[in-house]
Parts: sequence; C-alpha cells; structure tokens
Amino acid sequence: MAILVFAESADKKIKKTSLEAVSYAAAMGGEVVAVVLGQVDAGEMDKIGSSGAGKVLHADDERLNQGVIQAYASVLAAAADKIGTDTVVLAKSSLGDAVAARLSVKMGAALVSNVVSLPEGNKVKRSIYTGKAFAHVEMKGGKRIIAIKKNAVTPKTDGGAAAVEKFSVSLDDADFAAKISSQEKAKGQVLLPEADIVVSGGRGLKGPENWGMVEELAEALGAATGCSKPVSDMDWRPHHEHVGQTGVKVAPSLYIAIGISGAIQHLAGVNSSKYIVVINKDAEAPFFKAADYGIAADAFEVVPKLTEAIKALNN
Amino acid sequence: MKILVCITHVPDTTSKIAFTENNTKFDSNGVQFIIGPYDDYALARAVELKEQSGGTITVLNVGTAETEPTLRKALAIGADDAIRVNVFPSDSFFVASQIANIAKAENYDLILMGRESIDFNGGMVHGMVGELLGIPSISPVMKLEVEGGKAKMVREIEGGKESLEASLPLVAGCQEPIAEWKIPNMRGIMSARTKPLKVVEPSGSDAMTVTERYELPAAKGQVKMIDKDNVGELVRLLKEEAKVI
Repeated sequence: MAILVFAESADKKIKKTSLEAVSYAAAMGGEVVAVVLGQVDAGEMDKIGSSGAGKVLHADDERLNQGVIQAYASVLAAAADKIGTDTVVLAKSSLGDAVAARLSVKMGAALVSNVVSLPEGNKVKRSIYTGKAFAHVEMKGGKRIIAIKKNAVTPKTDGGAAAVEKFSVSLDDADFAAKISSQEKAKGQVLLPEADIVVSGGRGLKGPENWGMVEELAEALGAATGCSKPVSDMDWRPHHEHVGQTGVKVAPSLYIAIGISGAIQHLAGVNSSKYIVVINKDAEAPFFKAADYGIAADAFEVVPKLTEAIKALNN
Repeated sequence: MKILVCITHVPDTTSKIAFTENNTKFDSNGVQFIIGPYDDYALARAVELKEQSGGTITVLNVGTAETEPTLRKALAIGADDAIRVNVFPSDSFFVASQIANIAKAENYDLILMGRESIDFNGGMVHGMVGELLGIPSISPVMKLEVEGGKAKMVREIEGGKESLEASLPLVAGCQEPIAEWKIPNMRGIMSARTKPLKVVEPSGSDAMTVTERYELPAAKGQVKMIDKDNVGELVRLLKEEAKVI
C-alpha cells in the first residue's frame, strides 16, 4: 500500500526536512505519494522524485500558498482517502505538528511525533523529555501518522522522476476560518530548524552590536544563527532564533555555541546535535561537559580567527 | 469571556531524567513537578485577558491525584476553578478526547494550553481538541488579543512570524512571549485553598498508542579541548574526524 507524505514548502521550495520525510517513507518500502500544497518553483517536484516518491499530488489552489492549518489537514485527509492509505509521514515543524494533529482525528489514526528511526512493524522510537530520553511506542488501530525528527533517516537522492498529478479538493469556509493577514520572514537566511550547521551566541557576546562575528562565521559555514534564551528575552535577537527548552529544538550535524554557559534548558534544545563545539572564556562553563570540542578563550579573539580558517578552507 | 486553560504536570526543566521498573516507568524520585512552562504562559495570558475584560478561568488537568498541588498553584495564579480528570494521561489523543468531552458541555470562548508538554513534547493536543470540537486551532501562538468576539494572534513560523485572525471559539497552543509568567502572591495562595476543584472520571475514547519502554541516550564522550592559538586544529578535527564541514 502506498505511503502518503506531506511535503511542506516554504518560499515556494520544498523543505529539506520534508525531503527527509519522503526518504523515510521510501525506506519503509513500497510506493510513496507526496502531497504538495500551494504553488512551488519549477524543479521542486524533481527533488521529491529524487528523494523517493513515485508520484506527487499537487493541490495548487493559490489559497494554499500560506500554511492554513485547517485547510491543509482537509487536503491531506482527502489525499489519504484518494489513495486509500493507512500511513502518513511528515517532518515535525510548527505547521506540520498543527496539521498532523487535526489530520489524525480526521483519519482516526494513531499519531507519534519526534520519531527518530524507521518503524519496526507498528513500533517506533521517539525522542521525549526534550531529547533527554527516548520512548518505544506501539501504534494501535491500523492507521498511523509518523512525524519524524530531523536526521531520522539518511536523505535519499537517487530516486527517479515523480509523476505530478493535479489534485483539486473542494474546501469550504470553515477550512479558512483562521485568516492569515501578514507574514514577516527573514529573507535569504538558512532556517534554524532545517540547518545542518547552527552557530549560536549567548550573553558572553555582551550586546546585539557584536552579532556581526556570529553572522560572519555562520555565513562562512552556510549555517543558521541561533541564540540563548536570555539573548532573545533581552531582544538582542528575534524570538524565532531562541534555541532551548522553550524555544527551537535543533538537530544539526554541527552546533557551535559562542559565549553560552550551557544551562540545562539550553542543552535541552541542542542535545540532538551530532557534534557540539563550545567557545567560552570560562573553562568551568557547564556546556564543555556536553561538547565534543571546546576552546576556553575569549570569543572576541577566537571567533574571527575561526571564520578566517573556515574561509581559507572553502577557498 | 469563558476561558479554559489546560495544564500539564511535568518534571521541572532542570530534572535529571531516569526510569525504573526495567525502564517502563518514569522515576519521579526527588523530582520537582511544575505547571508545564508553555502552559504557564497560556495561564498568564488568560489571567491578563480576564483582568482586561472580565470572565472566568477554569483550569483543567488530565492526571491522577498527585497533580492536585499543580492545579492549586494554577488557582493561586488566578484561575477561578479547577477540573481534574482522574486518569493517567496515556497519550495525546486520549488527553484531547477528555478535554473535548468537557469543553463540549461548557461552551468556552477560548481554550488555551501550551504549544507542547515538556515531557512527551508531542505538540498535538491543541490541534486534536480543535478538530474534535470543529473549531480553529492555532499554534504556536506568541501574541493573543481578543476584541468583539474575534481573536487577533501572532503565530511563530520558521524564520519569522505571521499575523492571523479568527472568530471565537478557538483553541490556541501558546508560547513566549504571549505573557510574562505570574508568581502567585500570598492572597492568591490563601484563596486557592478554598476555590472549587472538581474531580471527574474519564469518558469516551481509548489511547491510540502504547509506550512500551524508555531508553536513555548514550553518554557523551570526553570533550577535546583545543588551544585558542590553534584554531586550525579545530577546523581540521571538524573536517577530518567529525566530517561535518
């Protein structure tokens, strides 16, 4: 039976984490059908094919260009019904979570989120306690929705072309009961939850005026920028950059923490990172215990040197 | 305005996580339990909305008797009455069904809760409650104003935020900076003792998932310290050993 994947887009591009969801579904075996909502750039459907989907259902209604939670859940429920599937896979995100929850009720499906590995039968492993533990969970009742955490699977890139089919769903007013009036988005930046490398700064940077060196290092690495909670609380950086227990939880290959002491609430947001580098002038900072590599020195001295060394490597 | 705030009873964010009984049960030994931090934001915003335009706040928890001190704390912060559904909150759908069953009879204008619980981090209950009740569900909400039967909200999206509007009733999953956490004052604590706390038995649906066992992550290896004058060595390790750049 085919597996349905919610391929979420942002700025007309399919999100990298959604391509991971397609790869995950492909690794489960069988046919993969992806659903794309709203308009996307030419070439994006090829990426879905390469990631392992044989078919794309494209609901290109322009009202779906924005992530309308209820309408998205209705389209996905109609798609699941159309292909007669009992399994939906998606990448965890602020929109994905909100949509999956409503979809699970519509489908009468068991829903597990933060899944970190492929299922064995009806059992999956999920991250809990903000990355401090895992739970092995059995899904009951036949239908299931799996919301995966970043890096749950190695992305597939050698799939074929996906056949794209237009998918029209009649949506009613109730689907658009919540009206989006405006969006403010950072342009041209690597999105934090999607990033393979994250460079974060903390209070050790002393003020928002010193963020230039964080941004330069991030740019040299192709990384997203993040920050600790106090930094976002003091409005040095916008809230969507706050990494931690009550902010964004990241799972990059490399997390570089600059001038962050490593409070347990911050560690909760980064403990799924593959490698952690800590730069802090206090050699006793608790973050070093959670790090793979550390430099105990003044960030203002080390970070520009590190940026130069990365640039030299890139050249 | 009639507001329902759903709260979780969760280990303090600084808790060390451990399991007992062959990794099948959370080890609550020595653990301090709190109102979920996101739920605490939802409650704080509810109290502000009540201060602005009146109304009532009911606080709800799905949980066994040991969660009552957490409900009392919510009463001390400013809720008027409390409901505890007397059952272990075994999964998101089960909890959402309990909330929806209570909400159906009460016609709340606003159902607020945290964007996710900090124990299971599902982030699913608000959406499920919205779908079960057939009303909008918005999450994660960073700003919430109510005027003339409509809610104006700001929702966090990746890399930014969006403004949106919907008629009441609705469900919102809240996060900072929707309000500042409120610390109960002495009068609140005194009055919380006598505010009504109703215990009801669970109704309706079964859980859709079963947690079989828990596991702790593998311990982190020793940190490799690098001299500040040898930044090139860090770059080499990242490239050749970690293979991440």
